[in-house]
Amino acid sequence: MSRLAKRFEHLRAENRAALVTYIMASDPDTATCQALLNGLPGAGADIIELGMPFTDPMADGPAIQAAALRALAAGGSVANTLAMVRAFRTVDSGTPLILMGYYNPVYRWGPEKFCRDAAQAGVDGLILVDLPPEEVEEILPFAKANGIDFIFLTAPTSDDARLPVIVGAASGFVYYVSIAGITGTKSASHDAIADAVTRIRRHTDLPVCVGFGITTPEKAAEVARVADGAVVGSAIVDVLSKQGGAAALDLVRRLADGVRGTRKGS
Amino acid sequence: MSSVNSYRLGPDERGHFGIFGGRYVAETLMPLILSVESSYAGAKADPAFEAEFHTLLAQFVGRPNPLYPAKRLSEAWGGARIYLKREDLNHTGAHKINNCVGQILLARRMGKKRIIAETGAGQHGVATATVCALFGMECVIFMGATDIERQAPNVARMKLLGAEVRPVTSGRATLKDAMNDALRDWVSTVDTTYYLIGTVAGPHPYPAMVRDFQSVIGEEVRTQILAAEGRLPDSLVACIGGGSNAMGLFHPFLDDAGVRIIGVEAAGHGLESGEHAASLTGGKPGVLHGNRTYLLQNDDGQIQEAHSISAGLDYPGIGPEHSWLFDSGRVEYVAITDDEALDAFQQCTRLEGIIPALESSHALAHAGKIARDLGKDHVMVINLSGRGDKDLDSVLRALNARSQGA
Repeated sequence: MSRLAKRFEHLRAENRAALVTYIMASDPDTATCQALLNGLPGAGADIIELGMPFTDPMADGPAIQAAALRALAAGGSVANTLAMVRAFRTVDSGTPLILMGYYNPVYRWGPEKFCRDAAQAGVDGLILVDLPPEEVEEILPFAKANGIDFIFLTAPTSDDARLPVIVGAASGFVYYVSIAGITGTKSASHDAIADAVTRIRRHTDLPVCVGFGITTPEKAAEVARVADGAVVGSAIVDVLSKQGGAAALDLVRRLADGVRGTRKGS
Repeated sequence: MSSVNSYRLGPDERGHFGIFGGRYVAETLMPLILSVESSYAGAKADPAFEAEFHTLLAQFVGRPNPLYPAKRLSEAWGGARIYLKREDLNHTGAHKINNCVGQILLARRMGKKRIIAETGAGQHGVATATVCALFGMECVIFMGATDIERQAPNVARMKLLGAEVRPVTSGRATLKDAMNDALRDWVSTVDTTYYLIGTVAGPHPYPAMVRDFQSVIGEEVRTQILAAEGRLPDSLVACIGGGSNAMGLFHPFLDDAGVRIIGVEAAGHGLESGEHAASLTGGKPGVLHGNRTYLLQNDDGQIQEAHSISAGLDYPGIGPEHSWLFDSGRVEYVAITDDEALDAFQQCTRLEGIIPALESSHALAHAGKIARDLGKDHVMVINLSGRGDKDLDSVLRALNARSQGA
């Protein structure tokens, strides 16, 4: 069983949702970022998304755009990101880790080689923001062959005709982008999120995690009542850039308190 | 797509030209992209749409524009007989308006009320603001903060036309960042907004759609050269940034094997300097802004900045159909430096009384290089894609720098 499946099984037994935390690899530099990454499980992150820096993050708001530029200035690269995952796996073998980013660096690395190298480094899943189901065949077989879950995004614009196309190719979990917009800008209402999760669940048995616009422990707790995971990215990245790694871990602890204190359906 | 009998059949139903093109966009945009595609397919099949497009091209843009026999340039270059396709005489001064007229009609057909667009030098921004004024649509133009400073007259034009010019400060505040921010806006405003892309790039159907609207250039040339010479031209030359004026000229001739076709990229300070905008001759295939195409990028797949004296060529990518034509060998792609373009700019101005855009000057420069060897029976058509009024500041600055350096 994959780390992701195992983690969700465990969470189901606890009747609670996952806290999924996002940070950008090599932001603000590789050493600081590695310390933060290694500290995330202890602070309460159930699943980790590690961003792969890219010059042109078209789906991201100001916080993650800035993080990508800081990471690249500090030498961030595909090779560095994979090295960070390998180092993480020497201290943590149980926490699922997902790489999230844009397709071009992966394409240049070579889709097959990338999936092989990522799996060997200890990566469990992959989110490529600009690779919709229409284009995914060029990497999906290699992800499958290497035991990497390919996680698709669904959005408020994904209607009932489109949802089956998306979830049909998905594994691991389904990521619901709760707003029509970019990361770290606006937030969706609780009712809108609850309705969307219900609608997605009509099409799949996979866990549904919700992200974009979740910035506080309260909002994370609210999402944890209706979804299988709450994804927080920009808020952590923002605190990291303004107050450093210790403060970022502090925020993760508070987010975890919010999520862990919430029972599903409550 | 079959390359056996025709170069004009692409893209396939998924928007691919060979391995290039496609729809590499975030899921939030996919339903909208699919609806642009189906709306455009409907428009293409509707004779009323076609009729309205051509009426506007005639009455508003001023088409057909002339195919002008450039006798003094032909004489000076001492070889091929040169014709200039006068896109510079279009309303707003460049070929950009052809595509804007087509897309604004599509946006209306889709019931959209708000138009967004990216611009570098401001030519596409001005053309977009113009058609928005014509149809009373809200218009927001994304433009790099540094370009806003450098292109003050075009910024003023857009504002007079009623557009909001939104300064882009993300990334490195260039044309590519303006496109990023336009996409970020679009993802947040999908219900109301239509993205009017200015070149033959972006996700399917944009590369094919913009090509179709710009093909009026090549179709007119075909008629005009047959009238003037009684035969097809021996060669076509056009400059390439994203590649829309070139694709518009080339596409109707791709299957005429006797027509040599040459695209001219911007070599900036020289290909070896690393400061250029020659995506084909100096780049590698990659994925950006919704399509796979040749891109300027490092080994890690990070996109690099382009450089050209001409702001309109200053983009690190190129339309995917050009990438396919490059790999297939049907079109030759070459590169011209800033200095060579400047020389051609002055030569055309002095000899023909036509001030060409710096973009078009790249095409002129390459034509001037090869014309002598082609001989006097050779008929060459150069796309004079725009007029150079907008470039006077850049040209004077470059010429001053040159005279001080000398």
